[in-house]
Amino acid sequence: MTNTIDSVETEQPVKKPLRITEILLMVMAVVIGSGAYMLSGLGMDQTLDAQYWIQLGVMFALAIAFHIVLRLRAPFADQYIMPLALTLNGLGLAMIHRLDLVPPGTNLANNQLLWTALSIIISMAIVWFIIDYRHMRRFTYVWLLASAILLILPFLPFIGVEIYGARIWVNLGIGSFQPGEVAKLTLAIFFASYLSANRDLILLAGRKLGPLAFPRVQDLGPLVVAWLVAMGVLVFQRDLGSAVLFFGLFMAMIYLATSRLSWIILGLVAVGAGGVIAVNLFPHVEARIDGWLNAFDMDMIYAEHGSHQVVQGLFGLASGGLFGSGLGEGRPDLVFAANSDMIIASFGEELGLVGLAAILLIFFILVTRIMRIGLSARDAFGKLLAAGLGCAMAIQMFVVVGGVLRVIPLTGLTTPFMAAGGSSLLANWMIIGLVLLISHTANRPMLAGPMVNASGAGGGAAVPGQPLEAGER
Amino acid sequence: MNESIRYAWYAVVAAFLVLIGAASYIQVVAADDLRTHEANSRELYKQFGGPRGPILVGGEPIVESVPSDSSSFDYQRVYHDPELYSGITGFYSLAYGQTGLEQRLNGWLSGTADDLFIERIRQTFTGADNPGASVELTIDPEAQRVAYSALPEGMKASVVVSEPATGRILAMASRPNYDTNLLAVHSTTQASENMEKITGKGVSPYQNPPTYNIPQPGSTFKLIDAIAMLESGEYSPTGQVSVPNELPLPQTNNTISNFRGGICDRRGSAELSWIFAQSCNTPFSQAAMDLGQDAIRDVAERFGFNDSSITIPLSVNASHFPTEEIPQATLAQSVLGQVDVRASALQMNMVAAGIANDGTVMHPQMVDTVRGPDLNVLEEPQPEVYSEAITPEIADQMTEMMLEVVQSGTAMPARSSIPIAAKTGTADIGTTGKVNSWITGFAPADDPQVAVTLVYEETDYSVGSQLTAKNLKKIVEAVVEQ
Repeated sequence: MTNTIDSVETEQPVKKPLRITEILLMVMAVVIGSGAYMLSGLGMDQTLDAQYWIQLGVMFALAIAFHIVLRLRAPFADQYIMPLALTLNGLGLAMIHRLDLVPPGTNLANNQLLWTALSIIISMAIVWFIIDYRHMRRFTYVWLLASAILLILPFLPFIGVEIYGARIWVNLGIGSFQPGEVAKLTLAIFFASYLSANRDLILLAGRKLGPLAFPRVQDLGPLVVAWLVAMGVLVFQRDLGSAVLFFGLFMAMIYLATSRLSWIILGLVAVGAGGVIAVNLFPHVEARIDGWLNAFDMDMIYAEHGSHQVVQGLFGLASGGLFGSGLGEGRPDLVFAANSDMIIASFGEELGLVGLAAILLIFFILVTRIMRIGLSARDAFGKLLAAGLGCAMAIQMFVVVGGVLRVIPLTGLTTPFMAAGGSSLLANWMIIGLVLLISHTANRPMLAGPMVNASGAGGGAAVPGQPLEAGER
Repeated sequence: MNESIRYAWYAVVAAFLVLIGAASYIQVVAADDLRTHEANSRELYKQFGGPRGPILVGGEPIVESVPSDSSSFDYQRVYHDPELYSGITGFYSLAYGQTGLEQRLNGWLSGTADDLFIERIRQTFTGADNPGASVELTIDPEAQRVAYSALPEGMKASVVVSEPATGRILAMASRPNYDTNLLAVHSTTQASENMEKITGKGVSPYQNPPTYNIPQPGSTFKLIDAIAMLESGEYSPTGQVSVPNELPLPQTNNTISNFRGGICDRRGSAELSWIFAQSCNTPFSQAAMDLGQDAIRDVAERFGFNDSSITIPLSVNASHFPTEEIPQATLAQSVLGQVDVRASALQMNMVAAGIANDGTVMHPQMVDTVRGPDLNVLEEPQPEVYSEAITPEIADQMTEMMLEVVQSGTAMPARSSIPIAAKTGTADIGTTGKVNSWITGFAPADDPQVAVTLVYEETDYSVGSQLTAKNLKKIVEAVVEQ
């Protein structure tokens, strides 16, 4: 071993895990994804063509490559996360392929496979090249700046594109890209970095007002600025889903850092007030709330910007029932955006409640594993980042699936790993790479004595409570 | 920080529980309500893409579902000879729903009828597609072809041919018609383009003219008048009736005259039989005013007027004779098949068929047999009496008078080696100068095999009157077995 992280182990060799669990799960993941791909093709009366074998080969190659990269660079990383993400990605590919086969036919699955390969390669690169993720916390404001630039990109002339009323896309020439997806990651890094450094100041240097303690304005300032930038841009982009996600991420990370539930409640009250204002101020927000509450009004269903999409999704879910129609046997194509925003409804229709619950469980386990990394990480930055990213994924799932299931109003958000679209895939695989790194660092055997500083990279100084917490895993 | 991560995780657990709860509610608890919601087109898509029983005429399908290349729909509905049958089959369209027999027989054709329950259970286990039942019609393909050929292109016309003793419809065709296949296409955008083309030509694909259109029946309504007159006992076919050239209408300045002067005006009085054959107007108006509205209405209703419940199984638009009291002047005009009196081609055919069948009107019927997928007979409608409208004696007298119409009266072009009994009619349509030209009759008069009714709507008198008797003869000679 020649890299610096493992230099500790060269002195006193520690047995590295063989990652057998990961190999087994990974094979299962590829089998599930490719099996679904094959079945959906057969369900649509297709023969097993070259596309199927290419898909199987690419997914298998990517899985093996990722496994090797993890063995070499992050052998102590969580063994469940990569196969879980791979399963979801494979299922998404299968459904996109299945919907491609609906006449007149599209060819998004190949594009998605290409993006999958690119995303996983970038994820591997993150694991390979980021020697120590903790260095990222040094560039706090770079991440804020990066987030702002990403969010503003769609407004730039020539490259900014407006699709379905939301200006959240940039045209890269080879295809459109949603920079907001990646901004989710950079914002999380900024929050984690800022909060891990200023946590104590925020918590202790405030003043008490009745039962509530408020931090000083200057300590919260950068956060508020970050939040305002995100919200402001999103209001102008008319992307309600991302606004909810970013705000949720913001609130979750403040709570994770401070454990102050009262601030969250205050924040929610503020959102409630903002929501009431938004409903009265912006007709499109009001229309969306109205379409949610009165979704089954015949007038509402056929109204422009009415509830047609969500109601069609519910019809699809209902027709799927407990066991579903089987892949390729339903009519998920009757729902608008069946392969992206509404892909969960497509799965619910063809795989039934059983299949949908299984997919939700996979997401739940994935989120749980990521948050568990937050528990085991030894530094505040890693803790906040992992737990925050886990929360972000959970919030995104709740917003998109809750919207499809009519628990909350439908907003346009992608289902992580499944929905057609490269930006979402890329951002989520980048998150996987990052949390795997944090996980490796957290699980790596820690040597007692002066060696702590070698891996701590100065992180310990800002967070006095660290050594104690390192014990709980 | 670990505490807050744990609490956040609890929130995540709660969120996922909410999602799984919502999914369970939608996919299990509320699933049935959602499936049957009126905005849910999935069942229609499912049915539309599925196999569906054929409609047969003379053992050959006029409508059938054939396997389709499209991968979203397994089958395509195909209509053969649509110009002959579009009116009765109606269409089966994803975009526009179902009409005609496709609608009325949907339970059988789609296999959802209760009698097909066992069949459905069997298919659940064998995994076979539900092919639906096949329906054989009473239509005789030859009669249908001949009857249709009596309707010149460009005209608005209907023809009905039936068997008086059973009520079975042997032919029912109309113009204008359309290509049913245009509406059965899978693509809804294509269907709506085609629909615009069809309606652009002035065709309504939703209606079957012989049962839906109710033009004024003109002098064919004198069949009803004559029956009422004979039933009163004050008239007989050979009895003398006065034939005024003009009949003043009470409480108005209007008069009724005989049709375009003609032969009626040359006689001061004549036998009822002659008056009927020449279709003089004034004697019938006078008689109606003497007998009263109720006497006429009563006869009309015995033949099916004012009955909106007739289905064959196509629904039949009710023919109309006023039930509310009308002034004598209006009555005098109405009994000539004008003003508010309306009749479908099928209705007038029921009148002729009732007279042919010794006064017994049989319920018209188009379905011969319904067979399940394994060819077992599921339903075979039996002839059914609609009403004992008139006595055999009066029916005989009417037959004699109707024979006279062909022998020496207004339907002389229908004279044939087969004794044909008939009555013509011409109804003026307001002041448009256009008329509805009618003929209804039956043959052979001594042993009726067919009742035939033709109507050419909104045409010129010179055109319509040329077509009626000639085509009646043509159809009778083609259909009656000698």
